Amino acid sequence: MRKKELLRQKRESFIEENGVICLDNVSKSYSTGAPALNGVSLSIGRGEFVFIVGDSGSGKSTLIKLLLRELTATSGSVYVMGNDLARLRHKQIPKFRRNLGVVFQDFRLLNDRNVYENVAFAQRIIETPGKEIRRNVPSILATVGLAGKYKAKTKQLSGGEQQRVALARALVNNPSILLADEPTGNLDPKNSWDIMKLLEEINEGGTTVVVVTHNREIVNAMQKRVITMKKGVIVSDEEEGGYIDED
Amino acid sequence: MKIRTLFYTIRQGFANIFRNKWFSLASIATISACLFLFGLLYAIMANLHNIVMTVEEGVSVTVFFEEGTTDLRMEEIGQMIGSRVEVSEVNFISDDEAWATFGPDYFGEDYAEGFPENPLEGWDSYEVFLSDVSLQDALVTWLQSIPEVREVYYSELTANTLSGMNMLIAYVSMGIIIILLAVSIFLISNTVAIGISVRKEEINIMKYIGATDFFVRAPFVLEGVLIGLMGAAIPLGLIYSLYNYALTYLIERFTELSSFLNFLSIEEIFAFLTPVSLIVGVGIGFLGSISTVRKHLHV
Repeated sequence: MRKKELLRQKRESFIEENGVICLDNVSKSYSTGAPALNGVSLSIGRGEFVFIVGDSGSGKSTLIKLLLRELTATSGSVYVMGNDLARLRHKQIPKFRRNLGVVFQDFRLLNDRNVYENVAFAQRIIETPGKEIRRNVPSILATVGLAGKYKAKTKQLSGGEQQRVALARALVNNPSILLADEPTGNLDPKNSWDIMKLLEEINEGGTTVVVVTHNREIVNAMQKRVITMKKGVIVSDEEEGGYIDED
Repeated sequence: MKIRTLFYTIRQGFANIFRNKWFSLASIATISACLFLFGLLYAIMANLHNIVMTVEEGVSVTVFFEEGTTDLRMEEIGQMIGSRVEVSEVNFISDDEAWATFGPDYFGEDYAEGFPENPLEGWDSYEVFLSDVSLQDALVTWLQSIPEVREVYYSELTANTLSGMNMLIAYVSMGIIIILLAVSIFLISNTVAIGISVRKEEINIMKYIGATDFFVRAPFVLEGVLIGLMGAAIPLGLIYSLYNYALTYLIERFTELSSFLNFLSIEEIFAFLTPVSLIVGVGIGFLGSISTVRKHLHV
């Protein structure tokens, strides 16, 4: 018990010093082609809202995969919530991922289940008692504006609604970090703005939000920290930044 | 793991079957078709083998003795014959018993009238039944080497034909059963693998959310086992009914052949078929789902 407490304290002090996400000179190479990431270093503090922008092939997706521990870095270190991801064993990955909420461009919902079950699933994984699930799921569905649609099958929902379900699922376990990979990529402008407003509200509640996006209008309008990537390296990192054109 | 998680994964295993009803139906149909074909062929081959074995059991060698061989010596020789591996049964037939059987067959009920004395006197014999008809030659050679043996009656043709048939049936049935089993295993494991692979996305989503390997795998494995169980139970039920019907029909239709048409009972057939079908169905459902899910777990 004491060892666990010491470890927790050690992690907390690491986070205070280096942020909830910390990459130190990280490179990632695949078997063919140029490295997807080349000497990337960055730090994201607790409660920040960060956009990661860049064109296709800039390394954004690789970065998200590294943060999810779907991939491991070829060199350098990746720390998320004070965990050195290279030292994480396969068995420890599920518990680590429960610190993160993830939202994808293509929603990735369980289409054979209804809205309620999709959100409840995230709670069942962490073995939340049924009573709490019945209380938490309607509450989070109300937060994302889907209180009346909990019985609907996901395929019956619009793109915007499906993304809200994905958001509810990502948030129901109160993650410390929310990773959103092109969350507005499949949505019309109105729904895109609705989702971004929701993300902003979530961030105001203390959750660190990292959004990978191509949406120039949103990035420029929201005036948040913007990290721009190009060919596997960070070319700019600005507080209240904007979308930098390729040219 | 908490008990509610265990119950949840069990519920999900059952629910998956209904959620993916077309995959479930296709898998059950594939497993059923394979195991039905396998069971049917096994029942036919096992019966053919049994019929030939029954005929074989009726093949005997008759041993006659030189005149003057004492009863004691004949008894000794009888014991020696009985202890041979080629022999399943040996019966002593005295000359009087032989005449009592032979006489009426050839001369009718009044056979004794023209023969005041037993014409077979001195023709005491042993009727020797073989444990394996292919060993007849070895037994005959040995019998002929005994000085007190006057004559050994046997049919080389019958023994060779039966022995050849038995070998043929054994090889053909073994070949067919092995091929069918291999095809069944291949088809069933592929059906299970394809069914899970199309749900790769579902596994990925679960893993991204933070599900443990057990939490992801358990419902799939249970689903595989249940599908395998149903796929094995359906053909077993069908074969049971069909076999009972065919047995009744054949016994009624061919009563005159009942002495050598000796069919295996349903219990004898199912003593082999039930475990093999269940092992193939449930085993492949279990192993197939475990190995296929494992491929998609490294996300």
